[in-house]
Amino acid sequence: MRLELHRARVKGIRWGSATALAGDGVLQVNRDELLALIREDGRFAGVDADLASPGDRVRIVPVKDVVEPRCKIEGDGEVFPGMIGDVETVGQGKTFVLDGAAVVTCGKIVGFQEGIIDMSGVGAEYTPYSVTFNLVLIFRPVDGIEIYEYEQACRLAGLKAALYLARSAHESGAAADRVETFELPSVPELLSAYPKLPRVAYLYQLQTQGLLHDTYVYGLDAKRLIATIIHPNETMDGAIVSGNCVSSCDKNSTFTHQNNPVISALYARHGVDLNFVGVIISNENVTLIDKRRSSAYAVKLARILGIEGLVISEEGFGNPDADLIMNCHRAEIAGIRTVLITDEYAGRDGASQSLADATKEADAVVSCGNANMIVELPKMDRVIGYTDYVDVIAGGFSGSLRADGSIEVELQAITGATCELGFTRMGAKTL
Amino acid sequence: MSGYRIVHYMNQFFGGIGGEESAGIKPESRSGAVGPGMAFSKALQGKAEIVGTVICGDGYFAENMDEAVEEVLRLIGEFKPDAVITGPAFNAGRYGTACGSVADAVGKKLKLPVVSGMYQENPGVDLYRKSVIIIPTSDNARGIKDAVPAMTNILLKLLSGEALGDPRTEGYLERGIRVNTFHPRSGAERAVDMLVLKMRGEKFETEYPMPVFDRVAPADPIKDLKGAKIALLTDGGIVPTGNPDRIEASSATKYATYSFEGVRSATSDLYQTAHGGYDPTYANQNPNRVLPLDVLRDMEDEGVFAKLHETWYTTVGNGTPVANGKKFGSEIGAQLKKDGVDAVILTST
Amino acid sequence: MVKEIERYGLPIVHICTIVPISLTVGANRIVPAIAIPHPLGDPTKTPEEEYAMRRAIVEKALSALQTPITEQTVF
Repeated sequence: MRLELHRARVKGIRWGSATALAGDGVLQVNRDELLALIREDGRFAGVDADLASPGDRVRIVPVKDVVEPRCKIEGDGEVFPGMIGDVETVGQGKTFVLDGAAVVTCGKIVGFQEGIIDMSGVGAEYTPYSVTFNLVLIFRPVDGIEIYEYEQACRLAGLKAALYLARSAHESGAAADRVETFELPSVPELLSAYPKLPRVAYLYQLQTQGLLHDTYVYGLDAKRLIATIIHPNETMDGAIVSGNCVSSCDKNSTFTHQNNPVISALYARHGVDLNFVGVIISNENVTLIDKRRSSAYAVKLARILGIEGLVISEEGFGNPDADLIMNCHRAEIAGIRTVLITDEYAGRDGASQSLADATKEADAVVSCGNANMIVELPKMDRVIGYTDYVDVIAGGFSGSLRADGSIEVELQAITGATCELGFTRMGAKTL
Repeated sequence: MSGYRIVHYMNQFFGGIGGEESAGIKPESRSGAVGPGMAFSKALQGKAEIVGTVICGDGYFAENMDEAVEEVLRLIGEFKPDAVITGPAFNAGRYGTACGSVADAVGKKLKLPVVSGMYQENPGVDLYRKSVIIIPTSDNARGIKDAVPAMTNILLKLLSGEALGDPRTEGYLERGIRVNTFHPRSGAERAVDMLVLKMRGEKFETEYPMPVFDRVAPADPIKDLKGAKIALLTDGGIVPTGNPDRIEASSATKYATYSFEGVRSATSDLYQTAHGGYDPTYANQNPNRVLPLDVLRDMEDEGVFAKLHETWYTTVGNGTPVANGKKFGSEIGAQLKKDGVDAVILTST
Repeated sequence: MVKEIERYGLPIVHICTIVPISLTVGANRIVPAIAIPHPLGDPTKTPEEEYAMRRAIVEKALSALQTPITEQTVF
């Protein structure tokens, strides 16, 4: 499978008469056209849109998801298959990317787990979404709506907006300034191409625990999935979509699924230090039997593929630590070397044990930081969304929001701060 | 005079008062440096001065810890110091514990920089390494020549307000405190680097060594269930509607106690979940699914056991640090014991 | 939490879904539950069936509390 990502650099964002990428690299958005599209969904009583650029003294809260604007320009299917389009296989041909732009969905809260994005100040150093030019959608649901329905409406709206921006910009003649090619052939071809390199795969755990804890693969709720194989290029076309905010710091947003850094890092070393054979997706369900089934199945797939090394990434914390540890233990027992990517809940003072589960085989772990660390976020000039939720979101506590508009919260309230795909440079060490 | 004022804490032996026969002496102070303090004075090279020494017998300290710490702190405070040195205690167990305990109190109550020194296996290390900067020393006093410069360097660094770096490069014992840091490379790149090294059989370093969990011997079973008083606890976040004590959705800093008095079943009009780690729909529809009050009331009526303890305890076990869990458990356990509870059921989500 | 309470000599049973975590952390008497969002219930069942499932788990927990053990035991 071969996919070209045609990246057009976005250097700014503003409202304008037509949605297009202007010559100066500024993404111009026709607000009315965009809002009309999103308001087609009758589940919203109101939708508003706003803009936030890096360095702005702006806070976005409560954040549900972040999506990168992309659209297919050649090849089968459309981005976000099974969600807003058909289920045809994606990951081949050409995909246009508004590189540096993002759609942020925000609005009346669905659950505790939603997060904060600050575009400047201390908070901006922790969230990866402070460096993107953000189009923010702010939702208000119709009265009496079922919470699952509202969550789904928010999720789809973000995807629609992302596709709309990319499609409109591309149709207006925006040209890519960089083309990246990703190609991974069939397994037999891979094995004969690099017979001497160690065979490596990526075991990609998806959070699947119900409301605000789900993930979708080609539109299928991944909790109903048995571990399976996905081509890495499919993820770049939005085959995996986030429907969760398992504390927002360790949420894998749709943006990070589209730009999975483990997949990039494996591609980068492919054919040099390792033979990147494939990606196995599995889930993190709520019963022990489901966890055991998923883990047994995922490791079995790795064995069928003759995998010698696995990177395993987690999403969330607490019981998903059990999935991570179980996968590690099973794989190591089967002779497959593993490296785990997780984050930590070591307490505000950093003195507690960080994970809920442990095994001696887990001797190679990458930590994406202690989510309990307290950060003080200064008052911003402008808030997009609603700050009155800050006390109740995960990572917030009674008194988090102060009278002067500043906020004291745990890192876990900051969207993407300790992303367990290893998206940022964040980590933790022992002193 | 340049510099900073230092107070040095030591035991009766290093203070020149005497050996074990004098271990019972109460805290006392001297002006200036005493015994090993001379070596510190020299090493400080005028950048700081030992203005006073506080001495306490190891035996007295061990037997009267609370009073001893308080008195030692008062004596230290009288010198109006900028920083404190305790020890080094080498492998002397009681002395090490005293040095750790004094240093811990100096840091917490006087809020002053403090450094201690002891042998790795001194029991004072395990007790205080989390809160105190401890320099590893040899197991006997001959190690003083290495301990003094190492302790002095760290002390001067702390006095200058400089943050201490990695324990291994700075030369102090790891405190076991996890601190966030930005690496030069992303987590994903680090993971792939690590995997390549691991598969080649080369040296790699995990960023999170697996913890070792301690164990408790199982308590004896209930002998007579029919006569037993049973308590119900949950960390599944069930709370009275409105979450009156505002237990956090995650990283709970508290637990709460409520009464079952007059309640037969955990119904949705009375209770809800405050837990941020699972889909709350089912627990909110019927909180008995987490807190099985309906069943326990029926069994109490049937005489299966004597009594359901009317006080129940709840918290949110969602990314809640183990240390908080420990503290909750310890407080709850003490109370349950006092209330004559015979056995406990804890439910988790 | 479990261990600290047990330190007082009080027998304690941990009803939980993710048994491996309970084993790692060090609970001694463990009774498996149904699912994380509903450890003592199952919304797909009728209220009567659910009550029976819940009762069975609580009965198992009480029997665990009456069983002498020398090491971690999943009932």
